[in-house]
Amino acid sequence: MDPSFIVIQALNGLASASSLFITACGLTLVFGVTRIVNFAHGSLYMIGAYTAATLVPWLLQFYFGPVTFWAGILASAFVVGLIGVLIEVLLLRRIYGAPELFQLLATFGVVLVIQDAVVQVFGPQDILGPRAPGLRAPVEILGRRFPSYELVLIAAGPLVLGLVWLLLRKTRFGVLVRAATQDREMVASLGVNQAVLFTGTLFLGAFLAGLGGALQIPRVAANTGMDLSVIAESFVVTVVGGMGSVPGAFLAALIIGQLQAFGILVFPKGTLVVVFLLMAVVLAIRPNGFFGRPEIVGGTHAVGIASRTPQPWHKVAALVVLVLLACLPLVADPYLLKVATEILIFALFAFSLQLLIGVGGIVSFGHAAFFGLGAYGAALGVKLLSAPMEAALPLAIVLAAFGAALIGAFVVRLSGIYLAMMTLAAAQIIYAVAFQWVDVTGGDNGIVGVWPSDWAGGQTRYYLLALGLTALAILLVRIVIDAPFGYALRAARDSEARAEAIGLNVRRLRWRAFILSGATAGLAGGIYAFSRGSVDPSLLGIPTSVDALTMLLLGGIQTITGPLVGAGVLHALRDQVMPLTSHWRLILGLSIIAMVLIFPRGLVGTVAAWREARA
Amino acid sequence: MSLLAVRNLGKSFGAVVAARDVGFTLERGEMLALIGPNGAGKSTVFNMIGGQLRPDRGQVLLDGRDITSASPQRRFRQGVGRTFQVAQTFLSMTVAENVQMALISGRRETQELSGPVRVRHRDEALALLGLVGMQDAADRACSALAYGDVKRVELAIALAGQPKLLLMDEPTAGMAPRERAALMDLTASIAASRSIGVLFTEHDMDVVFGHADRVLVLLRGEIIAAGAPDAIRQDARVRQAYLGDEHALDPPAARSPA
Repeated sequence: MDPSFIVIQALNGLASASSLFITACGLTLVFGVTRIVNFAHGSLYMIGAYTAATLVPWLLQFYFGPVTFWAGILASAFVVGLIGVLIEVLLLRRIYGAPELFQLLATFGVVLVIQDAVVQVFGPQDILGPRAPGLRAPVEILGRRFPSYELVLIAAGPLVLGLVWLLLRKTRFGVLVRAATQDREMVASLGVNQAVLFTGTLFLGAFLAGLGGALQIPRVAANTGMDLSVIAESFVVTVVGGMGSVPGAFLAALIIGQLQAFGILVFPKGTLVVVFLLMAVVLAIRPNGFFGRPEIVGGTHAVGIASRTPQPWHKVAALVVLVLLACLPLVADPYLLKVATEILIFALFAFSLQLLIGVGGIVSFGHAAFFGLGAYGAALGVKLLSAPMEAALPLAIVLAAFGAALIGAFVVRLSGIYLAMMTLAAAQIIYAVAFQWVDVTGGDNGIVGVWPSDWAGGQTRYYLLALGLTALAILLVRIVIDAPFGYALRAARDSEARAEAIGLNVRRLRWRAFILSGATAGLAGGIYAFSRGSVDPSLLGIPTSVDALTMLLLGGIQTITGPLVGAGVLHALRDQVMPLTSHWRLILGLSIIAMVLIFPRGLVGTVAAWREARA
Repeated sequence: MSLLAVRNLGKSFGAVVAARDVGFTLERGEMLALIGPNGAGKSTVFNMIGGQLRPDRGQVLLDGRDITSASPQRRFRQGVGRTFQVAQTFLSMTVAENVQMALISGRRETQELSGPVRVRHRDEALALLGLVGMQDAADRACSALAYGDVKRVELAIALAGQPKLLLMDEPTAGMAPRERAALMDLTASIAASRSIGVLFTEHDMDVVFGHADRVLVLLRGEIIAAGAPDAIRQDARVRQAYLGDEHALDPPAARSPA
């Protein structure tokens, strides 16, 4: 290979490493102090890009020159910093003590709100920013032309690292940030004004996210998809570097930048996969990243399913509901049946997640992986093997279970936030494969022509099939939850030390829970594929995972029937509200935030608590 | 052969030597107390015997079998039960279910996917709860119990594994004084009747001298004295170790003349 080409690729890698570091540095600082993984960090980055792409050209009208350009970039970052303050004061401050699942969901609610707001403020079209004055001409390196702006970016990373280092070492604020990162309780008991410290940290973190986004405007157009793509990469950088560690983030960004620059030569379509594989390998060897410290876990037993005395009327009620659902085709039109079929599928999907989260206390943030694997398993069975539905559905279960076994083997050693990040990353790998392996998966277009067998064709018959399979699967998982395996999972969730002391193999239990849960989600995905007639990569995306979590949260994670009710309510609401408004994401985002803040038990949990209080 | 034999156990954390050349034995039916000032290395030694910590050097033998590097799960199967300084129970379950889980695990049924836990080995669990005086609370949620009762439930859980050796880390921490004596009386009678060897750490000297058959004193990671309670009480080095207070180990009557 031409040495000059290698140098250019390495420089490209350094430039993207710098951008990535600046953004991820903010994320890791915020996590270090507040212990919240801010899903909305990517959204702040996006606001930075949009603001700069709008503000800088406007400023350049008054005085054209480098000073104006850079002042505009910094002003944009400052604006984003203020938005960060707003988020801290309005939301984060209220959820510092909440379980991490709620924190992730609430900040994801912010992601949705900002997605909507950005379209409202800046319009739906992409905005390409101006090129930097004075840096328009490329420079020549070893006979090749290289954009001079990229050189500035390469310098910006170390510059930000140096400034952040100075801030952390030489200022009182920095000392407090470092102290809080090491021991938050101790800092609190020393009488430090927590509110100012946390708000200040959020300003700094958001400022860096905004700076990272603003610096992109000469390279890429500000667009509405940049929030989720950058947050996924930032998660990888912070997790690989060790959550809370700034030098770790720098090192991780450098490695990932080079991996992307050269990985694209080896696997032109698989850069995402390479990056997430790196994360998988690093976490397998060092469960807390390069420089991270083990998280103190505990006190989460309040969240999840507890023992309840069985009531005879529960069985009767379940039977009545089942009969009523079976009679639905008598009164419903095809459209309603289609919606009802989807509700059943998502109820099963959410229920499979309940086994991990509610029973096992394993916060999986990438459950879409198993739903999607099931859907693709069914679709590929039909497309590649020409299998009929009866054979393709078991294939869906097998593929999802296999994926769950593989992912589970990696993640069961982890705990808490690392586990959530790792499952998210695993889901993103599978998403990337489905998206980029066009020959097999059809890429963005997906696979079409996945239709049920004749005997199950037609809206009514397929609805009844979905109802039968869903009811059966839920019944089986219910039995497992009450059986020793389900109790052992709960035991490991309640107290790992006690579970081990009575001879439970916690990792093996959790691994098997992953397989069982994955298989169940896979069945849901398979049924979904045949109900739609097609599959596409969005089934594997972050929003699908969040959907499942939202249903869980809405129904209540302390109850077994919660996710079923949650799926029904969320889907019905979506079906009713979505056609009426263009602000569906805003409404959904605000609803998620509201649920976390005022309704953490969910619908079924609240009703149960109300009944108990009355009794 | 001794039930438990610990030989030359050593553990360092960086430059800090938490345990140096620790060795002792424990017989069946014996109550052995491990005491020492804060930071003496009690928990380190304890966790190396319980399997939570891997020693740098030395051996732990149970019934002559080397369990030095066995996981906590393996030790449970070999007959080691334990309670924790902060009681560890399954708070989402009922009291009976807590004990039932230990019985289920002892019979290697934890991977079974059907057959409700609620009805498995319930009579046996109730009998164990009866032994610790908690039978009436069998169907209450474990999270609704007073802390002293949780400690009793934890003891029942530990006994469900039919241990030969019971490890109790600060068994009476966080309990009212009267409850302390009752719990240790109970433990002693169970240990005697089932010939279980009990190793416990303890801060409360009344508990130590009232219930231990033998006492080990740990100081800066080393055992400085071992013997019957009365002999330990008289030992000058031990008295010195406790804050240099000559009277720290005197019985309560002598300590407070009023």
